[in-house]
Amino acid sequence: MGRKLITTGNDLVSMAALEAGCNFFAGYPITPSSDIMHNMSVELPKFDGHFIQMEDEIGSVCAAIGASMSGAKAMTGSSGPGISLKSEQIGYSFITEVPLVIVNVMRGGPSTGLPTHVSQADVGQAKYPTHGDYASISLCPGSLEECYSMTIEAFNLAEKYMTPVFLLLDETVGHMQSEVELPDLEDVKKMVINREVYTGDKDTYEPYNAPMDKPAVLNPFFKGYKYHVTGLHHGHKGFPTEDPVQSQYNIDRLTGKVNNNRGDIVKYAEYMLDDADICIIAYGSISRSAKSAIAKLREKGIKAGMFRPITLWPSPDKQLQEIGKKFKHIFVTELNMGQYLEEVQRCTKRDDIGTLHRANGKPIPPLEIVAKVEEML
Amino acid sequence: MAFDYSKYLRTDKMPTLWCWGCGDGVILKSVIRVIDELGWDMDDVCIVSGIGCSGRFSSYMNANTVHTTHGRAIAYATGIKMANPDKKVIVITGDGDGSAIGGNHTIHGCRRNIDLKHIIINNFIYGLTNSQTSPTTPKGMWTVTAQRGNIDPTFDLCKLAEGAGASFIARESMTNPTKLEKVLKKGFEHKGYSFFDVFSNCHINLGRKNKMGQAKETLDWIDSRIVSKSKFEKFTPEEQDGKYPTGVLRQEEQDEYCDMYKKVQYASQNNEQVKF
Repeated sequence: MGRKLITTGNDLVSMAALEAGCNFFAGYPITPSSDIMHNMSVELPKFDGHFIQMEDEIGSVCAAIGASMSGAKAMTGSSGPGISLKSEQIGYSFITEVPLVIVNVMRGGPSTGLPTHVSQADVGQAKYPTHGDYASISLCPGSLEECYSMTIEAFNLAEKYMTPVFLLLDETVGHMQSEVELPDLEDVKKMVINREVYTGDKDTYEPYNAPMDKPAVLNPFFKGYKYHVTGLHHGHKGFPTEDPVQSQYNIDRLTGKVNNNRGDIVKYAEYMLDDADICIIAYGSISRSAKSAIAKLREKGIKAGMFRPITLWPSPDKQLQEIGKKFKHIFVTELNMGQYLEEVQRCTKRDDIGTLHRANGKPIPPLEIVAKVEEML
Repeated sequence: MAFDYSKYLRTDKMPTLWCWGCGDGVILKSVIRVIDELGWDMDDVCIVSGIGCSGRFSSYMNANTVHTTHGRAIAYATGIKMANPDKKVIVITGDGDGSAIGGNHTIHGCRRNIDLKHIIINNFIYGLTNSQTSPTTPKGMWTVTAQRGNIDPTFDLCKLAEGAGASFIARESMTNPTKLEKVLKKGFEHKGYSFFDVFSNCHINLGRKNKMGQAKETLDWIDSRIVSKSKFEKFTPEEQDGKYPTGVLRQEEQDEYCDMYKKVQYASQNNEQVKF
């Protein structure tokens, strides 16, 4: 059956968040992500949810994490400068294992940069948004349908792996408007994953006593399962520790629960790669330019195809390794100066990758990709 | 019969990490006694703390406890309280934590009048990090970052709370636990943002370098700076200089934030504007 509607990427993010069960949003105004906050302020109170516009970016991520640890399904949104301000608290979400979805509608940087222009400048930041060791999850939708489905996925991954999850939109994806077909709500509800809850004996509850590569099991507050949450390294019950064995185990588990579950986490799409000689690697709105470029290249008899990572982090490393072995030519194009190129180089171990990068707030049109690809042949 | 603190404490975490003679323990006990007097169920209580010596407060209480980042306890607590408006949320910060790095959240917590019980343990120094100047360090005092004497004006935190619009403001000192308990009880019973500026001692990292190396000397010094609100009001401006009034400094009924948000929910569900 499905549902058809005409809408924008940003609107689909808020719609999907609500349908995934998000019941708390805290934000602070920033272009170009404010639309999501506007929608949440209108919609959440209709469903007994809570919205708060906090006094600053830091406060908004704190309020969202606070709500989430106490039992809500929470989200915050921002753009580059705001994410920079939130970064210490994102680290708190990593180490305390409190799930959180963070939408970043990217703009040009550094600093205030290019507030209203398209960019993919925060891809590197999404991998390492804060100090310390951890492994992050970042999803990058490339279509309106994916703005919806990857928002649902972001909540599912946050709840399943008890971690912050970035939803990285570029301004084009966030603001593009078209008809979209979505799954029926009852089918969506069946897809929704909620965090595990411990139901055993209260006295023996150890929220952070998790096996390697598994997340903590944090019960909502106020249900009698009293424990301690701290940004310090902690033992099984959440109390601070400086024990080197425990601290190393914590880091191994925090990174392992993401990196060693790539098979479950990683998503990507392939386009006309079966007979291709050239593999173009692009994501977000640039993957749309690349798609048009591929059609034009094929008209000229050049067999190009595309590999599109949807999960930027953790990267689809095995797939990229295969691409490195399989394709004569690899071409990477992004709206930054090569933040994902480094990951492609790392995985493919190739030093002959063609590139087209830009950080001036302007999109990359298909014909420029065509010209650059032809240059490398 | 002596008061039994054990059911409110995580006794396996004792002794605390606080220095001998530290005032934080007196405040911890006062909070417990008030919770007991009010009959609050610890399952319904959340203690949120920031960073500093006071940050350890939460871990000692047998409640839902959160040790957050430096300066952000109020913001975390705001999320917890909004998502659970029927529960009790107590926030413990230090003076640097709550008025310097976290000053903005304190201001807006007061302004919103969200029902948080915010205790600033004010020991006039960054103690845990070894004696740096805090916004409440008195002028002229030695700190490790002001070794020729502190030139920064001293922050009166109750005036900050007053300006920001907190509906309950009190100041007390841990040197008088009976009075402290009394104002805490009044503030805990109050609906809205209850702000407590609680003077405490750090004879180790403030006292020793300011000729008050014994705990008692720092306690006497604190006592010399406070005077009851009623006495303070009778003082001349010259007499008031350097003194801090204690007791309940403000208590008024104001709309509480979570209650107001319920009105937003109602208005949203009935397609109308909030009625004020």
